[in-house]
Amino acid sequence: MSANEPAVLPAAEYEALSDSVADRRPPPVAPARGKVDRAYYWMIIPVLLIFGFFITLPALIGAFFSFTNFAGYGDWEFIGLNNYVNIFHDPTVLQPYIFTFFLAVVCTITVNIVGMAVALGLNAKIKWRTGIRGIFFIPMVMSALIVAYVFNFLFSTSLPTIAENLGITPLATSILANEQWAWLAIVIVTVWQAAPGTIIIYLAGLQAIPTDIYEAGSLDGASAWRQFRSLTLPLMVGYLFINIILGFKGFLGAYEIIVALTGGGPGTATISVAMKIFSGFTGGDYAYQMANAVIYFLITLIISLMQLRIIQRRGVAL
Amino acid sequence: MTITTAPTAPVLPEPSSIPRRRRRSEREGVKVNWWLTALMLVASLTVLVPLYFSIVMALKTPEQIANGSGFELPNPIQWSNFSDAYTLVNFPRAFLVTALVTVVTVLGAVLASSLVAYAIARNWEHRFFKISYIYLLSALFIPFPVIILPLIRQTALLGIDSPVGVTILHIVGGISFFSLLYIAFIRSLPAELEESARLDGASTWQVFWKIIFPLLAPMNATVGIFAFLGAWNDFLLPQMMIADPSLQTLPVVQLLFQGQFNTNYGLAFASYLMAMGPVLIAYLFSQRWVMSGVMRGAVK
Repeated sequence: MSANEPAVLPAAEYEALSDSVADRRPPPVAPARGKVDRAYYWMIIPVLLIFGFFITLPALIGAFFSFTNFAGYGDWEFIGLNNYVNIFHDPTVLQPYIFTFFLAVVCTITVNIVGMAVALGLNAKIKWRTGIRGIFFIPMVMSALIVAYVFNFLFSTSLPTIAENLGITPLATSILANEQWAWLAIVIVTVWQAAPGTIIIYLAGLQAIPTDIYEAGSLDGASAWRQFRSLTLPLMVGYLFINIILGFKGFLGAYEIIVALTGGGPGTATISVAMKIFSGFTGGDYAYQMANAVIYFLITLIISLMQLRIIQRRGVAL
Repeated sequence: MTITTAPTAPVLPEPSSIPRRRRRSEREGVKVNWWLTALMLVASLTVLVPLYFSIVMALKTPEQIANGSGFELPNPIQWSNFSDAYTLVNFPRAFLVTALVTVVTVLGAVLASSLVAYAIARNWEHRFFKISYIYLLSALFIPFPVIILPLIRQTALLGIDSPVGVTILHIVGGISFFSLLYIAFIRSLPAELEESARLDGASTWQVFWKIIFPLLAPMNATVGIFAFLGAWNDFLLPQMMIADPSLQTLPVVQLLFQGQFNTNYGLAFASYLMAMGPVLIAYLFSQRWVMSGVMRGAVK
């Protein structure tokens, strides 16, 4: 079996091989024509089958039912593109899209500003760096749902009580019950929860910047802000893009934080797309929400393709 | 930062520049920035205050909670919240279910993803493996809400609308991203070690178990941490998939405190803390290790 090995070694690894090894072995045959050790198939085929069954099959079934009037039970028939046409005239579907996009944009901007600021601070010469860094990463290990429950009590009971005691009447009611401002609470908790992931990526970027360029910068008399704008930021553009796209895609799927904070309320003010789609499970409009899911899939697909293009063009490794 | 990377993984861009830079800065006499330190300490309160809040809330009686903002220190301390919550949510059972789901998910994710990645990385030019790779990656584009409704019908038909199904889905759902991490890592490993084992007559399986898998240790840690956090904290999948409420996981059983008309919040917060406690404690003790593991995943 080891005789087959040269045939399946990728070219890149041949370059990495030392001369002595390369001398010992025959030159690479075009691998696509070579025989592959059966063991490799055993490693991958079971996983591919399970993967196809649990991921691809449900996706196809869902897409199929989006062209029917299936309620989740009983008989159904094909109704063509009716579900899709109806969605574009249905405010109960469009409103979650508008809200989710708004939420994703605000969260993306906020989390990137916060993340960049904290990463700069953690990368600077500060005392107890490891400990402080450890504190900032705590939200990463916590359940978003439980975090949101804790904040729920803070927003709905603690802060109004404090505001009342201080005599600040406008803040004495729960922000979660405020149709105009409930989104702000969702943004705060989402950013709190998502910040560590963003900080980590920025920190990785900051640590890759050689310190010499700052020495040159300070010799030229550049201020700290000037150094950030002219040296740090241009070198961090790739990481900025990664964070924006990863974050935006993630925030579009907003679910459990909203469930635990507002449950979509007050009224229907904070229902997200994911919550709307899941309502098809019990709401009797299974096929309709599957059409909604397909549209949601196409939107995230477009964003993902943009992500690939940007990453390829900028040569950023992800 | 101490990095616990095996010496055989030299090519990954590790966040190793800190110790070097610190030493150098000290030599050049750059002083500790105390203003910034103070600022960062104040900023860290955004994380610490909610934690403090959860802890004091968990130790209060309903009267104390009703008569305060929640931030006051508990007096007297109501330790019984923990034991009451323990029985109310049937903590041992929820803990056991969550722990089982998490452990099997971590093992399954590490094994399945590393095997798939090895097969793909070593047959990079072969059409079948290339197509498999693209196929697995395509799942990264499928958001979970898109497949969840049909998926739940499917698992119910199979009778695995239980922690079993949740575990399978956690493993399968992670394969795309995790094998991506593994493939990048395996392609960076020097091929010489493997070569000499092959010359000694080792089979592909032996090469994988004896040589490749041990070399993957740093990436196993990264994947393990991601899989652990994903499985332990997940709410969506168990909530939707597990039909039997007595087999629910720790995050989902917290829903119990939401429907109640007169919620005893002391009890609820004690329960929240017990659900997050194991992970928080594990994090405090393995902080550096977790950080370097996550960093390794972030820069890929």
